[in-house]
Amino acid sequence: MSALLEARDVVKRFGGLTALSEVSLTVERGEIFGLIGPNGAGKTTFFNVLTGLYSADQGAVVFDGKPLSAAPHQAAAAGISRTFQNIRLFANMSALENVMVGRHVRTHAGVLGAVFRTGATRAEEAAIRSRAAELLEYTGLSARAGDTAAHLAYGEQRRLEIARALATDPKLLALDEPAAGMNATETAGLKKLIERIRADGVTVLLIEHDVKLVMGLCDRVAVLDYGRKIADGAPAAVQRDPAVIAAYLGGNAEAAHAP
Amino acid sequence: MRLPASQAGKLAVFTALALLLAVLPFGTEALLGRSWVRVIDGALLFSMLAIGLNVVVGYAGLLDLGFIAFFGIGAYSYSLLASPQFGLHYPFWVLLPLGAVVAGLFGVILGAPTLRLRGDYLAIVTLGFGEIIRIFLVNLNRPFNLTNGPQGITLIDPIRIGGFDLSKTYEVFGMKVAAVHSYYFLFLLCVIASIILSLRLENSRIGRAWIAIREDEVAAKAMGINTRNIKLLAFAMGASFGGVSGGLFASFQGFVSPESFKLMDSIMIVCMVVLGGMGHVPGVVLGAILLTALPEGLRYVQPLQQSLFGRVYVDPADLRMLLFGLALVLMMRFRPQGLWPSKRREHELKGEA
Amino acid sequence: MDTLLQQIINGLIQGSLYAIVALGYTMVYGILELINFAHGDVVMVGALVTYTVFSFAAAHGMSAGPALVLAVAASIVVCVPLGLFIERVAYRPLRRAQRLAPLITAIGVSILVEYAAALIWSKQYLSLPELVKPTPIQIGGASTSDLQIAILLISLLMMGGLLWLIKYTRMGKAMRATAQSHDLAGLMGVNVDQVIAFTFALGSALGAIAGVMQILYYGIGHYLMGFMLGLKAFTAAVLGGIGNVQGAMLGGLLLGLIESLASGYIGDLTGGVLGSNYRDVFAFLVLVLVLVLRPSGLMGQKSGDRA
Repeated sequence: MSALLEARDVVKRFGGLTALSEVSLTVERGEIFGLIGPNGAGKTTFFNVLTGLYSADQGAVVFDGKPLSAAPHQAAAAGISRTFQNIRLFANMSALENVMVGRHVRTHAGVLGAVFRTGATRAEEAAIRSRAAELLEYTGLSARAGDTAAHLAYGEQRRLEIARALATDPKLLALDEPAAGMNATETAGLKKLIERIRADGVTVLLIEHDVKLVMGLCDRVAVLDYGRKIADGAPAAVQRDPAVIAAYLGGNAEAAHAP
Repeated sequence: MRLPASQAGKLAVFTALALLLAVLPFGTEALLGRSWVRVIDGALLFSMLAIGLNVVVGYAGLLDLGFIAFFGIGAYSYSLLASPQFGLHYPFWVLLPLGAVVAGLFGVILGAPTLRLRGDYLAIVTLGFGEIIRIFLVNLNRPFNLTNGPQGITLIDPIRIGGFDLSKTYEVFGMKVAAVHSYYFLFLLCVIASIILSLRLENSRIGRAWIAIREDEVAAKAMGINTRNIKLLAFAMGASFGGVSGGLFASFQGFVSPESFKLMDSIMIVCMVVLGGMGHVPGVVLGAILLTALPEGLRYVQPLQQSLFGRVYVDPADLRMLLFGLALVLMMRFRPQGLWPSKRREHELKGEA
Repeated sequence: MDTLLQQIINGLIQGSLYAIVALGYTMVYGILELINFAHGDVVMVGALVTYTVFSFAAAHGMSAGPALVLAVAASIVVCVPLGLFIERVAYRPLRRAQRLAPLITAIGVSILVEYAAALIWSKQYLSLPELVKPTPIQIGGASTSDLQIAILLISLLMMGGLLWLIKYTRMGKAMRATAQSHDLAGLMGVNVDQVIAFTFALGSALGAIAGVMQILYYGIGHYLMGFMLGLKAFTAAVLGGIGNVQGAMLGGLLLGLIESLASGYIGDLTGGVLGSNYRDVFAFLVLVLVLVLRPSGLMGQKSGDRA
């Protein structure tokens, strides 16, 4: 079977700035793949191209054997789901409702179904609700189901984003700095959660600054610097790569360690 | 509103409310005169419009400043097909759904090119659209006479249900039931249906998608919501409420002209939604009732000015507009969530972006 | 009579007025990302103040020159504080509020200004006393007047002045900095509140003069005249690229030309089916077309966020 995700020579420019310069990488099914690099290296840009928020200027992304088109809702339908570096929950919906929105792409009820409350619609609505409740349980948020998302603690909001992303039944879960701002206990819990998600058959693509987390969690990593991929491979090997060391020490030393 | 917890209590409240609504037009006529029954009828029509606009503004967060155009489109599609204008006289059960469909189509036509734009552009485009529809209604008496121009269309068929003509006066149990009463009950039914429809939409997959878009469009997209189509759907749904109420309005008045569909009417519906509480159906109905009743109350200001100052300084119609403008500014400053907000919207509008 | 030339002249003159009003929209949008709906109504106030001054002047046998000076001065004296007041009372408290709130406030302010004007000046169409008697001028087969030429020249002069102000003065630099980022400009020592107030004052002053010229051009004022004028000027601003000052100028002139030519020729083009009574439709069509085809406008940067 082919790789789950294959990016070939992806280029993205903003005006004169080249944010991604011929980035190629391959994510195999079932692995946890880390994408690291100093601030401004183009990691989030790559995520945005991947999830259709930006369209690449050159290059192609093949996902699950099919080329990805540049529309975010189609990326989700194809099986890529993501979280955001700066949390983007539906702040005034309850935790449960947030996850229920995630089921949108896998359900079908339309206006007529909603208006007439047909049997099929009610069954689907019940299934959405129970699946959402399941995912809150999975992420340890059951107790907060009815609470407004904005009122959740920071770590809970991060986990709620993951639950919401999982609700779309993704093949690839793309996490943009999920540990940012978490304390050590929370990070340990997050690590367990990510490992469990992988064990349940979802491939994970991870952007993270916390080098310890990345090294302990990822099967393979790729390093971006100034929009170029400068290394990829097993974490231990990458860590010793002179180009990587130079990028971190010469570029942004603070980024090498989690805040 | 706090409902008693027990089922029996709920039933009692429900029965009392139903009775109250049933005697309301007759009681009002006895106490205040028939003109106030007409005011209530108007309030019901505006409630439907406000419920429709609420789908667009309240749920999906898209500011539509030309909503009255859909009301006009509904009114004219009814009028053209049920009046001597073309000698056509289709029944209401064909025309009201048709009005919904035609208005919904116009909603899509307007929305398709503009919905990917940011909110304030949409506001301007819808505002222009409302005016353009009116300009067309005024001018489409040439090259062939479609709308009869500024004179409008007269002798529009009333609604007939079986042998029952809503424009005629009947005697029921010794009580005279006139057109204003019959239409009251028809409008009331329509408003109740609209409320149920709107609430069901709100609590559905589609409604969640609307609210998700309002809350965070980028995140909504990432969750696989085709934001463009779902926004278009909000536009079309909202417009179709407008279309139906337009048809009802035409049959009730028996006469329509472009004068009834001006920018200020659009603004007034926005006021109703904002004042009542964006996104909260009971709130917007309250807003519609308050803002329809208020101008009528202001009529009493004229004799008051006369007796106090010996002359009329402020025409009540102008005073109404001044109060609307002031209300919009003050509401946004001090109570942006509206008089009767939904819990969810209250957090959002009070909080900072 | 040469129709084409005539339409071009008419279009340029009305277009230059659109441009001046569009500047008010575009400067405020550039800095606050707010459509100041009430700006068209500020222009209306400028026009109606001119009506009042001219009525007074006519009653007291004043001649055209002093009356004009007085009208311009009075319009500015009324409109600038009005613009400042609107900014301070309605918009400033909402600067960090959620998006819909300032927009709805702007509509409220617009209604307030319109109906306050109705109280002061009545809802009648007001004919400007004929103090200024234009001398007709023939150019090619087309006719214009010294007044119209003066309107065009003054508008162009004001645009040039504004460009200079933005480019070379301290305040102009502060305005540009604030448009980029309020926070950064604040850190650089720019008094952001002051800059925003200045922008409103400047826009209102330009609007006041546009109001004077508008009522001189048409000879008639009305409390709702600001609505269509504002809508069209906003269209002009979008056409040029909202937030872009040169764009607003170009957009205004272009829109004036488009409107004039389109309503002048639509009868011929459609075999008399559609007439110039569709005049107001064209601006709107331009608006929709620009927003669909090139939301950043003719001179705007292609920034996704701006659209």
